Amino acid sequence: MCLGIPGKIVEVYEIDGTRMGKVNFDGIVKEICLSFVPEAEVDDYTIVHVGFGITKVDEESATETLALMKEMGVLEAELDATAALAEEEAIAAGKERK
Amino acid sequence: MKYLDEYRDPEVARKLFDEIDRITTQHWVLMEVCGGQTHSIIRNGIDKLLNKNIELVHGPGCPVCVTPLDTIDKALAIAAREDVIFCSFGDMLRVPGSTQDLFQVKGNGGDIRIVYSPLDAIKIAKDNPNNEVVFFGIGFETTAPANAMSVYQAKRMGLTNFSMLVSHVLVPPAIKAVLSSPVNRVQGFLAAGHVCSVMGYAEYVPIVEEYGVPIVVTGFEPIDVLEGIRQTVTQLEAGIASAENAYPRAVNFDGNKAAQELIADVFKTTDRNWRGIGMIPGSGWELSDRYADFDAAQRFDVGDIDTKEPEICRSGEVLQGLIKPNECEAFGKECTPRKPLGATMVSSEGACAAYYTYGRFIEIEGVPT
Repeated sequence: MCLGIPGKIVEVYEIDGTRMGKVNFDGIVKEICLSFVPEAEVDDYTIVHVGFGITKVDEESATETLALMKEMGVLEAELDATAALAEEEAIAAGKERK
Repeated sequence: MKYLDEYRDPEVARKLFDEIDRITTQHWVLMEVCGGQTHSIIRNGIDKLLNKNIELVHGPGCPVCVTPLDTIDKALAIAAREDVIFCSFGDMLRVPGSTQDLFQVKGNGGDIRIVYSPLDAIKIAKDNPNNEVVFFGIGFETTAPANAMSVYQAKRMGLTNFSMLVSHVLVPPAIKAVLSSPVNRVQGFLAAGHVCSVMGYAEYVPIVEEYGVPIVVTGFEPIDVLEGIRQTVTQLEAGIASAENAYPRAVNFDGNKAAQELIADVFKTTDRNWRGIGMIPGSGWELSDRYADFDAAQRFDVGDIDTKEPEICRSGEVLQGLIKPNECEAFGKECTPRKPLGATMVSSEGACAAYYTYGRFIEIEGVPT
């Protein structure tokens, strides 16, 4: 639950007065709330938790962490709620087949 | 992964294991607070490769695991209502309530949606003005800024069909509860890295002073965990106790001020029941009076709920670090991730799930597992 994924900020903008942006996680780009990292700008890296930047982080450690997460296969699962649902449904289907 | 050469940076890992070997002269019991760290330790075999004098016990830092049963039952009752779209993080769906789980409610026609971010639930509320949209707001301090922001946005946008079932929990009171237990064995803590990204670690200083135990802010990658262990053992061997930071790339002493300000506006401190552990004073956040209208527990009168835990489940002892998951008689037998008796077997951060996933069944002396 407290997993944080570092990503690179590629765009910063406001939606209804809230600081938002696009963040690139090793090729997966998501819209992220940047209200809590007001100092982070385009090309900076931030650790993202449930759609929110919670702290800035340097590029070297961010890319190392991303590589490790990709290797462990947690990156896509964490970023994609639909994938998580599909997995849950597959498990449930397995349960019913038993 | 049980061998050093499988680490991303085996040389750094080897140096840390060697250094911990060098400084360790006696048995020490360390607790990693966060479930993410537990998984990193078990997955990477850190507990196996570590000096045998260092015992790691697993802490209560899994929000999915400690969300109280009556809150799960309330979630089930609300999610089953015809007018409700119930939004939740994915890991909550298979957490057992007294009689069923959210996944079964969904199977019976409940409109339950897994969201990545609490702001997704706000969007769903905006798009479905004729439904009540309820977000299951659980988590530790790491998740609180995000959950707080969704309630703040709902109020600002005048979204009257959005509410949150809140069950937030806090790390420092849990550490104090572990230390205050008459059966406590823990001599040092690895504090949860991202909790401290938000909150900083100033609040651990008085705990260190009161109880005389080292608390070291620690990250999640194997090297981070080893560095946290090294710093904790260094303190223990020197007979000192201080709050230190072994995860400086993501944590500073004061934490994230912007996040803390919004948390202070949206939430207030409350006593919280922890599943398997019991009531810990001042260990939770609930909505502050300014945001009381958004409290799903008030909006939906789900009444008194009669809760029932399975008797053979020992997840409470696991969560307090009193037993290891594979010491429970039901582990891997009646209780598996597919048919969990307790939440610690469900969550991707639960200690029982970690032991099951990485094959840590009961160890027989001399037989490697």
